[in-house]
Formats: sequence, structure tokens, C-alpha cells
Amino acid sequence: MYPQEFLYTKEHEWIRVDEGIGTIGITDYAQKELGDIVYVELSKPGEHVAANESFGTVESVKAVSEIYSPVSGEVTAVNAKLQNNPEMLNTDPHGEAWLVQVRLSDRSEIEKLMSAEEYEAYIQKEKSA
Amino acid sequence: MEKRIREARPHVTRNERLIFERSTPGKSGVDFPPLDVPSVSVEELLGAELSRSEVEGFPEVSELEVIRHFTRLSTWNYGVDTGLYPLGSCTMKYNPRINEEVARLEGLATDHPYAPEALVQGCLGVLHETARCLEEITGMDAVTLQPAAGAQGELTGILMMRACLTERGDPRKQILIPDSAHGTNPASATLAGYEVRNVKSDECGCIDLAELKRAMTDEVAGLMLTNPNTLGIFESQIRQIADLVHSRGGLLYMDGANMNALVGVARPADFGVDVMHLNLHKTFSTPHGGGGPGSGPVAVKKILEPYLPLPVVRQGPEGTFQLDYNRPRSIGRVRAFYGNFGMAVRALAYIQANGFEGLRQTTQDAVLNANYVMSRLRSFFDLPQGCASMHECVFSDRRQAARGVRTVDIAKRLIDYGFHPYTTAFPLIVPGALMIEPTESASKEELDAFIHALGSIAQEVEENPEWVLKAPYTTRVTRLDEAAAARKPVLRWKPSH
Amino acid sequence: MRYLPNSDSDRAAMLKATGRSSVEEFFDRIPREVRLKGRLDLPGPLSEPEILEFFRQAASRSSREYVSLLGAGAYSHYIPVAVKALLSRGEFFTAYTPYQAEIAQGTLQAMFEFQTLMTQLTGMEVSNASLYDGSTATTEAVLMAMRVTRRSRVLLARTLHPEYRQVLETFIRHQRTELEQVPYEESGQLDLARLESALKAETAAVVVQSPNFFGTLERTAKIAEVVHRNGALLIVTITEPLSLAVVKPPREADIVCGEAQSFGVPVAFGGPYVGFLTAKEKFLRQMPGRLVGQTVDTEGRRGFVLTLATREQHIRREKATSNICTNQSLCALAVTIYLSLLGKNGLKRLAEENLAKAHYAARQLAAIPGVATPFAAPHFNEFVVRTPGDANELLADLRKQRIIAGLNLERFYPELRNHLLVCVTETARREAIDRMVEAFSRATGSSAELAGCRTAGNGAV
Repeated sequence: MYPQEFLYTKEHEWIRVDEGIGTIGITDYAQKELGDIVYVELSKPGEHVAANESFGTVESVKAVSEIYSPVSGEVTAVNAKLQNNPEMLNTDPHGEAWLVQVRLSDRSEIEKLMSAEEYEAYIQKEKSA
Repeated sequence: MEKRIREARPHVTRNERLIFERSTPGKSGVDFPPLDVPSVSVEELLGAELSRSEVEGFPEVSELEVIRHFTRLSTWNYGVDTGLYPLGSCTMKYNPRINEEVARLEGLATDHPYAPEALVQGCLGVLHETARCLEEITGMDAVTLQPAAGAQGELTGILMMRACLTERGDPRKQILIPDSAHGTNPASATLAGYEVRNVKSDECGCIDLAELKRAMTDEVAGLMLTNPNTLGIFESQIRQIADLVHSRGGLLYMDGANMNALVGVARPADFGVDVMHLNLHKTFSTPHGGGGPGSGPVAVKKILEPYLPLPVVRQGPEGTFQLDYNRPRSIGRVRAFYGNFGMAVRALAYIQANGFEGLRQTTQDAVLNANYVMSRLRSFFDLPQGCASMHECVFSDRRQAARGVRTVDIAKRLIDYGFHPYTTAFPLIVPGALMIEPTESASKEELDAFIHALGSIAQEVEENPEWVLKAPYTTRVTRLDEAAAARKPVLRWKPSH
Repeated sequence: MRYLPNSDSDRAAMLKATGRSSVEEFFDRIPREVRLKGRLDLPGPLSEPEILEFFRQAASRSSREYVSLLGAGAYSHYIPVAVKALLSRGEFFTAYTPYQAEIAQGTLQAMFEFQTLMTQLTGMEVSNASLYDGSTATTEAVLMAMRVTRRSRVLLARTLHPEYRQVLETFIRHQRTELEQVPYEESGQLDLARLESALKAETAAVVVQSPNFFGTLERTAKIAEVVHRNGALLIVTITEPLSLAVVKPPREADIVCGEAQSFGVPVAFGGPYVGFLTAKEKFLRQMPGRLVGQTVDTEGRRGFVLTLATREQHIRREKATSNICTNQSLCALAVTIYLSLLGKNGLKRLAEENLAKAHYAARQLAAIPGVATPFAAPHFNEFVVRTPGDANELLADLRKQRIIAGLNLERFYPELRNHLLVCVTETARREAIDRMVEAFSRATGSSAELAGCRTAGNGAV
């Protein structure tokens, strides 16, 4: 159920890389854990992010989660729709509700990420822990 | 389903809109004596630029309407006066009425904080005596009544630790906090300029000594501990913990939220605590008031005494009380004036009513009540840890979760049985927690009713989980849409609504 | 012990059910060496009459027989008895924080009404459900402004309540912040020229009190202009919000905070009080404290809940906007009831009365040779009086007449020796004011002869 063309992080983010631009979001597992999402705060275009550093937060009624960037680079786009419709993250986390796009500064970083199968195995372990 | 509920029945309560929606022009709920000085023109005195003609939107209602409005609102609430209020770590005990009476006495309720000291000896004496009693109860050497609540007390305590270590040469960088701690602990530490380092607790919520040894470096200013912890379990290795912290030059802070298990039985000073805060609105019976005001006095050992917030109430040689501002090493003020004086009055009255024997009996009853509830509920709910807990117990919803019902749902169903819910979802180290603190203010009869209710709900979960999931059924409002409230916040009334 | 509902047989039955033979066993985890041995030296146990006797004695050693003209952040106003009657309802005062919204709609609706009233008064767009007091509310406002602007310098008017400034200093010490004072000018108001030159790129906020500590009203519109040009925020703190019934609210400010004790909360030797914090809507998510929001239940009925809790400590832990857990709910309820009783018309009338009495007193005092009211700018119910002779002697003299005639400003402002801060509310009857003026006149009559020239301070720093 997790898209094959994405790569995944242990913090439950996904990234799809096209020609040096990575589109980043949170996974279905993450949105389920958070519950009804009420607010999203993200870095702005032009800002730089570093791999494993936070570039924003996602808030639900009962929790706040930092979102960590899987890669380093410059933010080229932010999904404006999430401002007024944060609940999209609950209904379409892998599609319409992408968070940001980043121009990768170091392609090799994606080698450290998990494939869809690896991620599914990872969350199975998390669930039974 | 509802026939099995023997403890409560629904009752009609009137609806009541917002006070602004009741309002019609020209009314007021007060009358004034005639003006005995020449009247003035606001515009003349203040100028047109500065003058305001009215506060738009302010209500205009009669005294009767105010009485009905708020009386109706009150009937929608549940208080300690209504019945058992088993919130964990909140210590929802009886708020004695005599406390309210004495707090309102003219002279105590009316003295101005800047009145000359010679004229306010009564108030100063009350502050002094309350502090003395709290020193006695905790075994500590000095107490400040200035912090307005527990969280402010924590911050004050940590600032004092910081001042002490700074004077010694190095304030250090970290504070250790067990992952079972209340959320104010890390927030307070951060505000005081420290990094928080979490220390894993074992399944009893107690500090793992080996972990602590690893974590307790020269970078660590101290450890913030709640004892008994948030599972109601006493840190039996407290002396080793204190020794470890002290041996590395750190200080031991104790969150006194759970003092209701210790008063008259053990004193934190005796087991190595250097600084702690108390919650007058928990252990010492001052009312919760729907969320405040509280009071968070801080008690310290001698080494921290110089850093107390100023002023300090002292008793001079002739027995008169004075406010001592001459304290060059103080951390400064943590609030204007002297603290929540009204809460000190109430706490002192509570201590006086009980005396030592009463306080100890209170502690024993609190612990007995919790253990009674725990032993009777074990057949229905999972008890995740086997350690002996004192004044509160924590179950998990594991058994019920298998049927799709969680702690929040059980809590909502409990409302239909006429009880206020226990604490859900805390402490974090127990997933699906049901945290129950009955306090001493619960008769066996009340506890039996509570136990019966929870037992009945456990049965409902087995027979008909769907029913429990949609609870409560008997409240004025059903479950409220919290997501909508957070997404598009509406935080005030506006005339167009 | 009358508060404990169990009899010995109840205890025995419960103990039996736990399978233990003695209550002592529950304390087994406490090491023997640290258990309390012996007794504690505590008063009691006392019966009700004995407790009453103790506190009546304490209450007799008070200033209740005196006329008090003290303000300075704590104001004596008449509290209608309906306030106490309603606050005493057990469902209000013995309830906990309204986390279980279905059985706390009373508290939640009242807090929603409180939030509304505060925004109506201050001209701001959002309010929280109260903070501990004015001093911590001001501190929280500063922390908020620093978060919003990501800047670290703060300018404080010298006429901000000195204890508020002290509290701010205590909490800001570890936040890498610089505090600087801006002096006042001859009129008793903030020196605008000095403000302009003090503003820097790193200035996060300017904190101004109005009416200020001297009772003088500040020119908040002009101040806002200057502050905003610099990209900083304007925080106006108000210790006597009754003034807002007749004084235009500082709508140009970014945050308006302060102390709502004037509205139905007794002076009570300094607490408990009730701080308020209101702001422009765009700062909502940086606002500390509890917030009550309107929503609907599953049947579409209007209801209220605590909302935006993710800013608070119990979820964010280290990253919380502040560490506040408690608000001052019962005091905020007192404010809500009080303002509902007075309402639009009553509040205006009360404010006009305060204005009238204070100006009556000021005029009479200024008419005494040797006595002056040095600050020319408009004031509400507090003002400064310069005494020709030693102010402490004068105060002592007036005390013999059972009048506490004000606060000697020398306590906080060394440049203002022999200046008194006098507050006159509706609680001061004319005959008391006249007696005070007369006594003033008599006292200064003699010392006026002894006095030479005295210069008033002008706040030069």
C-alpha cells in the first residue's frame, strides 16, 4: 500500500525524487498516529534544509510532530493548500497533501532511505513493539 | 443498557445562551449611591483623542439575569462537591468551607500589599505561619509562598538551583527528567535555560540506577523527580538516587504533586531532596476553581535559602513580622507582591483543622482508598506493573482495546454512571492509561459505587463495545468536535453570530 | 476528623479486601531510615470556632479601620455580593480544569465569555482564558513578542510597574535578552524622543503601561507609530483596566495585557489575582495559556472546548510556548460575573465616578500651598502629589488620622523623593477625601515653613 516510487524515513516521511527535485510528505502511518490534523507549519521557499533536521511541524488535536527532512537542499515549493485544509493530510497523505519540494544538494543522501518493502517491515515492527 | 446504571439518572437542566445574547440595551445589574463629588466630563478631562464613549458589545443585563445565567451554567458542571473526582495526580480532595469563610474576613481579604507593615501584621503573620508549617511537613529549612502555581514553583526552584551552581562556578547545562514526568517539568527546565535529558524509567516508572549513573555527568545540574512517581509508586532507591546526584555535584529537585501520599509519614528533606514545590490546590485542599488559582510554594534546604525570591517574611526579635528585601543573592521576584495570599490562608486553615494526627490519617486514608480501588478493579482491567502503588493506581486499556474500546471511551461512559472520569492517556509510559486517584475524600460507599460502575462498563465492553464507543448519552452536549475547534478557532463572541 | 468520610469499620473492611493486615504495609517501599519518627510541630487539630478565632485575631491586626488611598497595581473597588454568591457554588469552585468538556460546559462557557469581554475592553482580536497575574502576563507578552519577531532586545518604559519589571528580569535572564529602560518626560508620560533613539534593529518589543505607574495616560497611538516603523511590537500593559471604560483602548498595539483584579477580585494582600493577555489574531499560535474555543457536538449543538492545547506544556513538553498549566479560572469567573453585573452602563458610570473623585482630590490637594501635582498629562484614578516637606512624616501624620494617604514613590524612584502616588476609587467617600485634604493641609502648613526649594524629578536617566 506504500507507493513503490517513494523512499521512506524512520520518522515516517516519504520522498519522491524527480530530476533532482524531491517532493516530501508524511506517510499514512504518521497521519493515523497523529489523528485529526489541524495545522501545518513549514519552512518557506528559499530556505535551506539539512538531512535529519526539522523543517516544520504538523499539529493534531492531541499532538505536535516535527517533520524531518530526508535530504539536504533548498526549498523550492510549499503546498499552499495545507494552510486552509490541513485535514487533507489525513485523507491523501501520499498525493494531494505533499508538504514541500526541495532541490537536492547531495543525491547520495537518498541511499540511506528505506524502500517501500523495508518501510512496511519497519512499521510492522513498530506496531508490535 | 441504561437499566444497569444504579448510581445516576438524567435530570433536566435549562439551556442558557451567552450573556451577550441575553443582553438588551439600557439594563444594569448594579445601582450606585449618588455621586458625592462634582461630576466631570470625560471628554473635557481626557480630551477627545483619548476618550471612549462606551465599551461596544458589553452586556446589559439585570442582577436577576446574572444570577440565573451563572447558576444555570453551574448546573452543567461536575465538582468535588458532586461526587468522586478520581483524576490522577490532581488530588481532588474536599475543599473545606471554613477555608472560604476565613479567606473572606475583612482585614485579610482587604489589606493592600503596600500598606505599612505595622498595619498588616495579621497578614504577614499568616504568611509566616503557613511557611513554617510547610517547612515542618517537608522537613526543609525555608519556604517561599510566592509562586502562583506548581509550574511556576518548578521554574522558581530550578532558577534557585541555577543560581547556587553558578555561584559555585558552573551552572551546568542539563537537567535530567524521567520520561514518566508531568509535562510542566521539561517545560520549566527549558525556560530556566537548561537542556532536558530524558532518563528512561523502568516498568514501575522508577529510575533505573544504572541509567542514572550513565546520565549523571558533570554537565548535569540536577534531577527532577516526582516521588511517589506518576504511577503512584515510591522510589524505594531514593537514597541511592540522591547520593548519586549529589556525588556528581548536582541537586535533587522533587515535584511535590503527589505529597498526598507522604504528609505525616515521610519528609522529602529526610530522603535527600534539596528543593521541591508543593501544590496547595492539591495536597492542601485549596479549591481547583475550574482551573485555578493555585499556589506552588517552594521549599528548600539551607544551601538554597539565600536564593529565595524576594521579599522573605521574617519575624523580628520582638515578634513583629517584616518583609526582608535585603537579599543580594536572591533570584529576584517571580511575581508582583507576595504570592497567592488567599490560598495560604486556606491551606493554613486546613492544616489547623487536621493537626498532625489528622494529616497523617488523611495520608493513610488516601493510600488505603487507592489500594482498595486497585484490588477491586484488577479483575476488570490490566495492571501493567506489579509494584505497590500508594495514593493512585494506573491501569491500562489493553483488555478493552482488543474489543476496539480505549481508555477515553471508557472514561466517557463513566460519565453516564454519574462520575467524573479518571485521567486518560497519562502517564505516557503506560499506553492507554487509566490513572485513578480517589484521595481520602471518598467513602467506602462512594468507592464501591465507582468500582461497580467501572465493572459494569467492562462488561458492556465485552457484550456491546459499540455502545461504549458512542458514550456519553446523558450529557448536555455529546462529544465535541475538537478538530474543528482547532482548525478554525472561534475564541470570542461577535455580534453577527 | 470531620473531613474524612470513613469509619474505622469501613477502613477495616477495605483493608481486608486488599489482602493486607495493616495500612503500614502500603508504605513498605519507603526505606525505614527515612520514615518520620515522632510528631510534627503543627497547630491543631482545631474545631471551626477555634479556626475562626485564630483568623479573626489575625484580621484584627490589619488596616481595615483605615481609609486607604493605595493603588499601584492593586485596586480597591466595591464587589457586589452576587459575585461571592455565584462563586461559592460548589460546581464552580470545586471543579477541575475543563478537560472533560461534556461535564464542564459551565466553566467553559464562562471562560469564553471572559475571553470575549477582555477583547471588547482592550480592542484586541483574541484573548486567552487568563494568566496568573499582571506581572507574569507582561512577562509572557514579552516572551511572545520575542518568539514572533525572533529578536532579542526589549525596551521597557521606566513608568512600567517596577515589580513587573523585576519579574520580567527574573524570567528573561536565561533567554539571551537585553532589557533597556526608556525614561519619562515632564508630563509624566514616556519620552518619545528617547524612545526613538533607543529603538534598534534587534528590538523585539516596547512595553508601555497605561495608565502608567504614576497614573498618567500614555500616547499609545504615537508610540505605536514609532515602534512599528522599527518592525518591533508594541505591548501595552494595563494594571487598572477600569480605565478602559472611559479611555480609548490601544487598538494600535500588538499585545494588550495586564491585571484584571479590579473587576471583582479582592485586594487580599496581593493575591490571588488574574492576569489577562489579548492580542491581534495573527499572533494566536504564539499565545501562551489556555484558550476556550467554540465548536459543535455530534448533534450540531453549540458547545465549548479547550483548544489549541498543542501550544501548552502537556503536549509540547520542552517546546511549549511557556510552562503555564493553571490559569486563574475562578478569578476569571469573578471578573466575568462582575463585568456582567456592571455591564456597559455600570462600568462607564463607575469609571466616571473614579475619575470624578480622583480629580476632586487632586484639585483640592494642588490648591494647598506647597503641594503640587507635577505631572500635567491626563490621569485616571491615580495621580502623583509632591509634598513640600518630608513625605514619610506626612504619611505618618495622616496615619494618626487613620488614613493611608498613598505610596511614597521614593521606594521605587529615587529621583522622586517626597512624591506620593495617590489612588482614589469609588470606595473613598467625600468626607474621607475632605478629611485627607484637611489633614494634608494641616501637616504641610507647618512643614511648608521649614522647607526650602524642592525640585521634582524629571525622570532623567
